[in-house]
Amino acid sequence: MEAIISLVIQLGIPLLIIVVALIVGSALERRHYRSIDERERRYGGIPLINEKKYPTLQPVAEARFVTGSVVISYDYFKRFLAGLRMIFGGEVKSYVSLLDRGRREAILRMKEKCPDADLIVNVRLETSSISKGGSKQRLGAVEVFAYGTALRYVAGER
Amino acid sequence: MLITNIEEIPGKKIVEHYGLVAGSTVRAKHVGRDIMASLKNLVGGELKGYTELLEDARRQAMDRMIVQAKELGANAVVNVRFNTSSIAQGASELYIYGTAVKVD
Repeated sequence: MEAIISLVIQLGIPLLIIVVALIVGSALERRHYRSIDERERRYGGIPLINEKKYPTLQPVAEARFVTGSVVISYDYFKRFLAGLRMIFGGEVKSYVSLLDRGRREAILRMKEKCPDADLIVNVRLETSSISKGGSKQRLGAVEVFAYGTALRYVAGER
Repeated sequence: MLITNIEEIPGKKIVEHYGLVAGSTVRAKHVGRDIMASLKNLVGGELKGYTELLEDARRQAMDRMIVQAKELGANAVVNVRFNTSSIAQGASELYIYGTAVKVD
């Protein structure tokens, strides 16, 4: 009897954490995606170019360096899924969506710093993983950092 | 101070080059933030404490680069690059460099 109770506790608690992480984590992800979609509609008008050369048809009034960054972490359930995936190999979809959120958020934050820009040139994206020491106590998080040069054309010549 | 990560300042002419300028900082995260981050890590999502920490660190490194450029008499920095490297467990260096120039 005692063995059963201890088994339930040993299996039950991690399972409970996974279920809570699944429910809360996916709710947070949906909310984040809604916010990203909404803001992308608002700032979608600013074109991004990842070249140094830019269309020089209009005279430029102002050039400004802009950055945007976000640190985003996996939830417990995603890590569990990824752990299963590591056995069989293949695409880890749960992490793909996480990095997608991070990149879009970083680009949006960069755009939000220059809402009046006409163009952002030489956009670069950097990703680095942040982990807290120890192999057991892993803190799974990634930082996405976006930067570029925002250009504003001389008014009235657009 | 004008800063770009392209080779020129659009709409302005570069009249003088002063060479490479750089700024760096090494940062560690503190325990309080770590505990909060560990809790947040359960359900996922943005770790705001870390986002702020890294933004702060980048701003400081950039400020140091700007101070160096000003000392040389420059009024702009072009071709700015970022570099992040982890030095030890829980600490990382943020390094920013660019070319100091004078524009009209």
